[in-house]
Amino acid sequence: MSDRVAITGDIELPDEHVDEATEDRVASLWGDAWRALIRKPIFVISALLILIMMVMAVFPGLFTSKDPRSCPLSEALQTPSAEHWFGTDVQGCDYYARTIYGARVSITIGLIVTTFALTIALVGGSISGYYGGIVDTLIARVTDMWFAIPTILGGIVILALFQNRGVAQVSLVLIVLGWPTMLRLVRSSVISVKETEYVDSARALGATDFRIITRHILPNSLAPVIVYATITVGVVIAAEAALSFLNVGLQLPAISWGLMISTAQNRILTSPHLLFFPGAVLSITVFSFILMGDALRDALDPKLR
Amino acid sequence: MGRYLTRRVLQFIPVFLGATLLIFIMVWIIPGDPIRALAGDRAMPESVRAALTEEYNLDKPAWQQYWLYISGVFQGDFGTDFRGRPVSELMGQRIPITARLAILAFGFEVIIGIAAGIVAGVRKGNYLDNLVLTSTLVVIAIPIFVLGFLAQLLLGVQFPIFPVAGIREGWFSYLLPALVLGSVSLAYIARLTRAALVENLRADYVRTATSKGLSRLRVVGVHTLRNSMIPVVTFLAIDLGALMGGAIITETIFNIPGIGRAVFEGVQRQEGTVVVGIVTFLVFIYLIANLVVDVLYAVLDPRIRYE
Repeated sequence: MSDRVAITGDIELPDEHVDEATEDRVASLWGDAWRALIRKPIFVISALLILIMMVMAVFPGLFTSKDPRSCPLSEALQTPSAEHWFGTDVQGCDYYARTIYGARVSITIGLIVTTFALTIALVGGSISGYYGGIVDTLIARVTDMWFAIPTILGGIVILALFQNRGVAQVSLVLIVLGWPTMLRLVRSSVISVKETEYVDSARALGATDFRIITRHILPNSLAPVIVYATITVGVVIAAEAALSFLNVGLQLPAISWGLMISTAQNRILTSPHLLFFPGAVLSITVFSFILMGDALRDALDPKLR
Repeated sequence: MGRYLTRRVLQFIPVFLGATLLIFIMVWIIPGDPIRALAGDRAMPESVRAALTEEYNLDKPAWQQYWLYISGVFQGDFGTDFRGRPVSELMGQRIPITARLAILAFGFEVIIGIAAGIVAGVRKGNYLDNLVLTSTLVVIAIPIFVLGFLAQLLLGVQFPIFPVAGIREGWFSYLLPALVLGSVSLAYIARLTRAALVENLRADYVRTATSKGLSRLRVVGVHTLRNSMIPVVTFLAIDLGALMGGAIITETIFNIPGIGRAVFEGVQRQEGTVVVGIVTFLVFIYLIANLVVDVLYAVLDPRIRYE
């Protein structure tokens, strides 16, 4: 104990500080990263914004008491006022309530797509990167084929197949087009880890491939993937809005920011507020996830410190 | 180098065939009967119907349809739409318009993006650096169609500097759409250039160059920048895909009759040949760009070797 006090160079250190120093020493990359993160205002702000959006998606009633689907036509196209904070749309619906309720589909699609694409990428990428050889070549070529189809372009083509497009269909298409980039990332990350000594020693101890991949390789190659996945949530939300905007995404009567912007585009001269509010909230949401990804990258990548 | 090139080209062929096959399958399982739709409300004589079905190869199995189609494509024949007009003719009209838009957007990206990246990167942490970092993050976060409408409202309507929509004023009317189209990638390029520059400026060869007495301009401009361009060039190739998706949105907002709008209209009208034709063409361009970039690596970075 006294040795440690000497190292810190502070004789008067009380006991609790010494404990903290001990903790620091055993801290993993993730522990280090966490401590660096909560001190960063960018991370705290983006995390708070994301939290608000999540709560908005789960309990929209907390933010507004109005029903987004009760639309008296007599109140159509009002500008923002004390009664209707964001004004009303062409059918007289309260625009603030609709903007709040719009968070649900965006957040849902963002999380579903990222989770599934990440799962495909983790399974495919670790098999491809770990085993190499013919399996790797096969997976890499299939990935290349899908990678060659640009997201929005492919999205338009595939989504046109569905007569009824809900959250499930849009998510499915975005998963199908979104996994290749992530798989490549996992693969290269796995390759860079698999030659390390601790993997060799695990193998020498007789660990199975499954154990080596899940307990040794994946946890150590996860950092860049987590960063990319966080940013992907934002990118997916923007893509959903873009597809809905092009009329190949969600369909009315769904409440979605992309649809709101799509409906607003005919009236941007007379009622610009119809474009502004969903556009702003959408941008803030996408912004939060990208910001969070940025903060995570700074914390997880020791090279940048 | 020669062997590497051959291998890359050989890999390119199955990827191209696979990607186009995927698109082909997807488009041709669109529900609905396009031949019947052609007749409108009136019933079509069975003989005409059979003749048309045969003409468009719709009676053959899917793989045979694909093979007939793709071998036609390599001879410049993209088929005809259901009104008998060759798809290649439609593409010939639309591609130059989108090409103009894309070239301008690419120009904005490369010139402004790299310049902003250099300005930010040479003095890491000063106010210009922070300005570039913050503004690019904001641009990245705003979805392209929101940005498009904002630009249209601000610079087309409030302060009528640019035409609001259409292409009647020649090159000038492409400026604003191109800036919107290129904006997100511009921001990425600025950030990539900055990051690469910051990292490379710490490298040993930069210290050597500086201690040799070379001017700052030469150290940054020649020695460091060349190596810093590698991630940017990679990004430019991948970005071409995003540019194509973006073109559909930008062309919709600014009412530009380019290839993006043609795809979109084709999907709405269930014109499979139009959609497959254009998407096949775009995928081809995209893959070629990626091939070129792989080769460019060698030129930019002598450290990269090819077995």
